[in-house]
Amino acid sequence: MLTLECPYCGLMADETELSPGYEAHLKRFGPASSPEEFEAYMFARKNPKGVHFERWRHSYGCGKWFLAARCTATLEVFGTYPAQVGEPPADIIAKIQARRPEWKAGWQPDGKDTK
Amino acid sequence: MSTRLAKGGRLIDRTAAVEFTFNGKRMKGFAGDSLAAGLLANDQMLVGRSFKYHRPRGIVASGPEEPNALVNLGREARLEPNQRTTTTELFDGLEATSQNHWPSLEFDVGVINNYAARFMPAGFYYKTFIHPRPFWKHVFEPIIRRAAGLGKAPTQGDADRYEHAYAFCDVLVVGAGVAGLLAAKAAADTGARVILLEQAPVLGGRAPVDDAQVQGKPVEAWLSAMEADLAARDNVTVRLRTCAAGVYDHGYVLADERVADHTPGDGRPKHRLWRIRTAKVITATGAIERPLSFAGNDIPGVMLAGAVRDFAVNFAVSPGDRTVVVTNNDSAYQTALVLKAAGLEVPAILDARDVVTGALPEAARKAGIRVLTGHAIASVKGGKRVTGVSVCLQAGEGAVTEEIACEAVAMSGGWSPVVHLYSHCGGKLNWDNGISAFVPDPMRPPLNHDGSAMVECVGAANGDLDLSGTAPAIPPVWVMPQGAPIKLRLKMWLDYQNDVKVSDVQLAAREGYMSVEHTKRYTTLGMATDQGKLSNINGLAILADALGSEIPQVGTTTFRPPYTPVTIGALAGESRGDIFQPLRRTPMHEAHERAGAYFEPVGLWRRPYTFPRAGETHEQAVHREVVNTRTNVGLLDASTLGKIVVKGPDAGRFLDMLYTGVMSTLPVGKCRYGLMCNEQGFLSDDGVVARIDEDTWLCHTTSSGADRIHGWMEDWLQCEWWDWQVFTANVTEQYAQVAVVGPNARKLLETLGGMDVSKETLPFMQWADGTLGGFPCRVYRISFSGELSYEIAVPASHGAAFWAACTQAGKAFGAMPYGTEGLHVLRAEKGFIMIGDETDGTVIPQDLGLDWAISKKKADYLGKRGQERSYLASPDRWKLVGFETLDGSVVPDGAYIIADGTNANGQRNTQGRVTSTYYSPTLKRGIAMGLLKHGPTRMGDVVEFNTVQGGTVKARVRDTMFYDKDGEKQNV
Repeated sequence: MLTLECPYCGLMADETELSPGYEAHLKRFGPASSPEEFEAYMFARKNPKGVHFERWRHSYGCGKWFLAARCTATLEVFGTYPAQVGEPPADIIAKIQARRPEWKAGWQPDGKDTK
Repeated sequence: MSTRLAKGGRLIDRTAAVEFTFNGKRMKGFAGDSLAAGLLANDQMLVGRSFKYHRPRGIVASGPEEPNALVNLGREARLEPNQRTTTTELFDGLEATSQNHWPSLEFDVGVINNYAARFMPAGFYYKTFIHPRPFWKHVFEPIIRRAAGLGKAPTQGDADRYEHAYAFCDVLVVGAGVAGLLAAKAAADTGARVILLEQAPVLGGRAPVDDAQVQGKPVEAWLSAMEADLAARDNVTVRLRTCAAGVYDHGYVLADERVADHTPGDGRPKHRLWRIRTAKVITATGAIERPLSFAGNDIPGVMLAGAVRDFAVNFAVSPGDRTVVVTNNDSAYQTALVLKAAGLEVPAILDARDVVTGALPEAARKAGIRVLTGHAIASVKGGKRVTGVSVCLQAGEGAVTEEIACEAVAMSGGWSPVVHLYSHCGGKLNWDNGISAFVPDPMRPPLNHDGSAMVECVGAANGDLDLSGTAPAIPPVWVMPQGAPIKLRLKMWLDYQNDVKVSDVQLAAREGYMSVEHTKRYTTLGMATDQGKLSNINGLAILADALGSEIPQVGTTTFRPPYTPVTIGALAGESRGDIFQPLRRTPMHEAHERAGAYFEPVGLWRRPYTFPRAGETHEQAVHREVVNTRTNVGLLDASTLGKIVVKGPDAGRFLDMLYTGVMSTLPVGKCRYGLMCNEQGFLSDDGVVARIDEDTWLCHTTSSGADRIHGWMEDWLQCEWWDWQVFTANVTEQYAQVAVVGPNARKLLETLGGMDVSKETLPFMQWADGTLGGFPCRVYRISFSGELSYEIAVPASHGAAFWAACTQAGKAFGAMPYGTEGLHVLRAEKGFIMIGDETDGTVIPQDLGLDWAISKKKADYLGKRGQERSYLASPDRWKLVGFETLDGSVVPDGAYIIADGTNANGQRNTQGRVTSTYYSPTLKRGIAMGLLKHGPTRMGDVVEFNTVQGGTVKARVRDTMFYDKDGEKQNV
């Protein structure tokens, strides 16, 4: 039973108020995309043990979608932020790097930002 | 024999006698007794039978770790199986019966398994009952089922009630022994909101039994001062009889409060389940004493030394006149001293250690108790109770040096810190060689959301087994004597309830089991109701030894909640009967009830399935409703239909992405049918969209899809196209909606009067605002039945009155209400698809012949790319067609269309399946729709559906429009 702070309400929301929305920062591939691109978009999820970026909806609260960076192994939450961004905010990246020095930045579906 | 001592007993009130029964036998105890204490005071040593061998079993422990003394408690609507006598408070009129015996506790037929024990080793069931296969179902399983199972499941509904409660705090302290009390006080001093939970009915933990003084004060005085101190604080809540069952993510703790177990029927809830969110958990859960593994350590009268002490000090109960103490550590000497002080005899203390010099051993020697160091028990004598012990050297192989007559054996194999709560959320453990036990690793605790340690352990739970902080070392003694031959090891019990012995774990290791998790499941070690609290560590040690490995390398099995069993009633709480779940009722619900509707659940909604009349079956009622709707007029409560307003400058563009068709070009005042797909291309929802004004659309969804589709819209608007200017609002419950359907529909509305609903003013697939019978309404000229049909939305508050007005106005035209089943038959006769019938998450619109509703011009819509995948574009997909059985019968629901040959599993090949199948009262024959390979090119073919009974039904392939192909009925 996680608690996540809704960045819109500023409220520490209990998991029972939230709905999970799987991986964040996916790039949509529509018509004219290659089978490989579409496969990566539709099916190839990172599912890491460790730092992960997820979508959550404050379903039984304000109804807004937001994004969360957390560790799937220890459940530590590095931060939550509005969904209307292309990449995680710098302060959250900095916090993750401070807490997980070994972490290699990676949130894009094509893995281009992963070393 | 065990008995009540003439004086003493710190928890009992000798002036308050209580009567109770065990297996119908009347017994006497005192207020303050546990049931176990009451049984022992009445010399009831034998309390149950073990699971596999039906061995006689007595009370071993004094707390929740008790594996043997489980009873059925109460009767009829208050019968509870598997209740631990050691944690059950005695009350007047308590009724207990023993478990797992037949025909009686004293004489049990199943004990024959005991004599066959050497033929029933670990994995016996796996090894034996595999062949021959039919024997399992017809011979082995019925016998095992009769013999197996502890306790009886109640056959009546629970007479008691249970409730859930929520609590929030900064620090949750679990366990109110000395460590817990100190932790609670320290936290409270900082101003934190503190909750202190204690599973027992009293504070103090083991201290009043084990320690004379705390912080230099007499223990009882220290405790009352502490109790008063905490009670006086506003920021501290103490809850007794409350066991923290599980620690979950981010400081979520579930605790079970036994409110009225000891006062049944007094009107209070039996249990209260606490759902606590805390910033920090401090566990002061103490330690559990381990048994020693010697032959016959399961005979009634062999008890944990700490438990013997508890029974003597707390309840003034003697386990027998003569008690032999056997130990590998100093704590058991206290038991000897307590018994001696009570005037009982301790013939010997057998200590496996060679050199024993501590303060307690010295006190024992001074008290004149014979201490035999380097000694062990070779075997315990007795059947249903202990009669004596054979003594041997711990270093040897069990040669008997002496025999001592006694009635009880008090054993201590050391103490295991209760690390369960620390481990539930991933806290890691270290092996402590000093005390031979797993202790919490403070460097690897479970984490909170902010990365801080969520759980901290204090006191014995942290391995600090002695209040002085200088607990003497506890050397490992896993088998007694260390060189015991197989004959003795076959009688050394690890798991008392499930009958797992030292020899079983060793056999598992020989057979190649390396992992502790596998060994657990193979031998059933630790799988009984005590979940290995007593002897898992002993079992791990035996396994490690057999594997030639170290205990830390073998590791522990996973600690999972709950710590002790939580009754299902507590978990359900108030969610039973009428308030099991919230129900959604339409504004017309009460009218339907008055009309005798038979309801069916649609999500959380309750919708009328049909309105049966006196003497009618549901099927007859549905047929009447269908025929009447086709010939006169039917009324349907369509209020549950999803209604979502989509508004804004980019609303049209947005809907063009959402629907497969084009919604942006829909003229104001018109309606259009639309399909929604997920990104994989599979059909997800459908409904009619109405253009309300230049930048407003109203999207109808399926009844069960409203919330899901609204969430889906918001997902795309907030996360993908967040710069598009669109608002959505789910207004499903703002409107009541009535479908007026049938040839007389217009006449009915004209009788109500108020607006022009003629063909010219309001043609098919248009809508108009106005009033009918004085009600403000929006009328949609749409049809899901093929008849002349209007769907009329009125504000929800007018729903019941409008329904009544329609019913009244319809009397002259033969109006009848119809339900969801009639709706299904009507739509199937017209070949309209139903989400959830024709679709199942693997069907694309093209499979259903809905290509006409898919725009070819649009560059993109959700699902377009998915539908372009080769597999979905294949001409070999099963496609929707209609079927008419040759004999007029109804194709069974779920039937497959068989094809030639069989597959690799010997199953008949298939080429399609039915999706909707009904008796059509209009056509007076069975009709069906289904998916068939190459279906649309096979009109007129005869195919075969399988049936549940075996055999097949022949049906001819046809189009799906069974009724009024040209639409003459709806366009009038």
